[in-house]
Amino acid sequence: MTLLAGKVALVTGGGSGLGAAAALSYVREGAAVAVADRNEGNVRAVAEQITSAGGKTIAIVVDVSSEAQVASMVAQVIAEFGRLDCCFNSAGIGTKEVDTLGIPLSKVTADAWNKTIAINLTGVWLSMKHELAAMGPGGAIVNVASIAGLTGVPGAAAYVASKHGVIGLTKSAAVEFSQHGVRVNVICPGYVETPLTAVTLRERGEQLLVRNPMSRFGTPAEIGDLAVWLSTDQASYLNGAVIAADGGHSVV
Amino acid sequence: MAGRVKEKVAVITGGANGIGASAARLLAAEGAHVILVDLDEESLRKTSAEIGAQASYLVGDITEKATAKAYVAKAQKKFGRLDIALLNAGVEGPYGTISEVPVASFDKVMAVNVRGVWLGLASVMPAMKDTGGSIVITSSIGGLRGRGGWAAYTASKHAVIGLMRSAAMEGAPHRVRVNTVNPAPIHTRMIQSIDKAMGVPADNTGQSSARLARIPLHRYGDPDEVAAMMLFLASDESSYCTGGVYVVDGGVTAT
Repeated sequence: MTLLAGKVALVTGGGSGLGAAAALSYVREGAAVAVADRNEGNVRAVAEQITSAGGKTIAIVVDVSSEAQVASMVAQVIAEFGRLDCCFNSAGIGTKEVDTLGIPLSKVTADAWNKTIAINLTGVWLSMKHELAAMGPGGAIVNVASIAGLTGVPGAAAYVASKHGVIGLTKSAAVEFSQHGVRVNVICPGYVETPLTAVTLRERGEQLLVRNPMSRFGTPAEIGDLAVWLSTDQASYLNGAVIAADGGHSVV
Repeated sequence: MAGRVKEKVAVITGGANGIGASAARLLAAEGAHVILVDLDEESLRKTSAEIGAQASYLVGDITEKATAKAYVAKAQKKFGRLDIALLNAGVEGPYGTISEVPVASFDKVMAVNVRGVWLGLASVMPAMKDTGGSIVITSSIGGLRGRGGWAAYTASKHAVIGLMRSAAMEGAPHRVRVNTVNPAPIHTRMIQSIDKAMGVPADNTGQSSARLARIPLHRYGDPDEVAAMMLFLASDESSYCTGGVYVVDGGVTAT
């Protein structure tokens, strides 16, 4: 199937996890893919993989919390491909990176809070701001929140706040961007096996599975495929939608 | 106690026991005249007697059209007004999967929990049209989440949220406010029956440890705690609250 033939996709956080899987899904549907990540080694490796599979790609190193870098990222996509149709904003960090895993709210440092918000929330805002300017009618943006954007999780206050924020941002953007013919939706992944969740799944995996109706974790490809579908015209009436892809975790 | 619902007239379905009885006692203590509606005549008589002069009752099956007409008529005949309706009567149905439970059981749960609410709204709302009023529908966290083995109950409690929203829209021009309360496990006959049906082991407080693990406050609620929310929503203190879903759930739906 080539639902995105001739289209150009931009994936932030494309160096690993959900982003890397989505990048490959976009390529499978015929899109050219700009893969962006702050980790140069990772993003080049994904670009390599795409090129070997016969796809069109460029690798961009970017820190999404920097407006200048985000603006440059979008400019590079346009310079290379001349257009931008789909965006998957998956760049994000968890609690481990800022050493807040299991740390209660009252003990979270300002640095940890600020960094989490800067990447997970501000990064999405900056990405959408600059992506919209480069997109024409018929485009689609998919953001990555989390089931932690729908519920509370103890010991993850900044992460939870940032992901709730991404949902709110998505809803606002959905309303605003519709004038430009661009749809904006958000995926709330449950527990998916990626580098971000590795420690949590190892330490609390069994406990988490108890409340999962499907009794398993998700795979990155399952999220990637959903992101791609939301980007295609098959999802043409979805706007401002909040889609939990979590095996049923959030409904029990 | 102050008269937070002083001289108001309230109908409470499912008022004989559990949450309904607690709400009746609380509203009466705050000055309301309460009319209790239930199938259980003996408990109705007892609860009504405990409350005293402010209480009266009507025995009726809320799945029948005539019952709602009767309780509204009783309020109008006795007091000339109806200010508050707590559409609270509900059943849980038998425990079993969708493919196991007979459709007749599904129909029964829907009849009591949804049709009973519909019929209540249909009679109560016109009666409140000129003076305004407050209607509180008892839904459940089962109206927001799903669990295996209770699909009819879950569907019915989701449905009444939808009914509430529609009713809130229709009632707004007449200052009739409509909201739901959504309790988590509360110490009543219903949760005891549910836990028994599921064979969940109770600890020495009579609570299921598996259920407690999902409740941040780590206990079932008391009927009075739900009644307190119903009183707030029934009174003029909540004058800007309509179309809302009010959880009284120890934090379950935040997880």
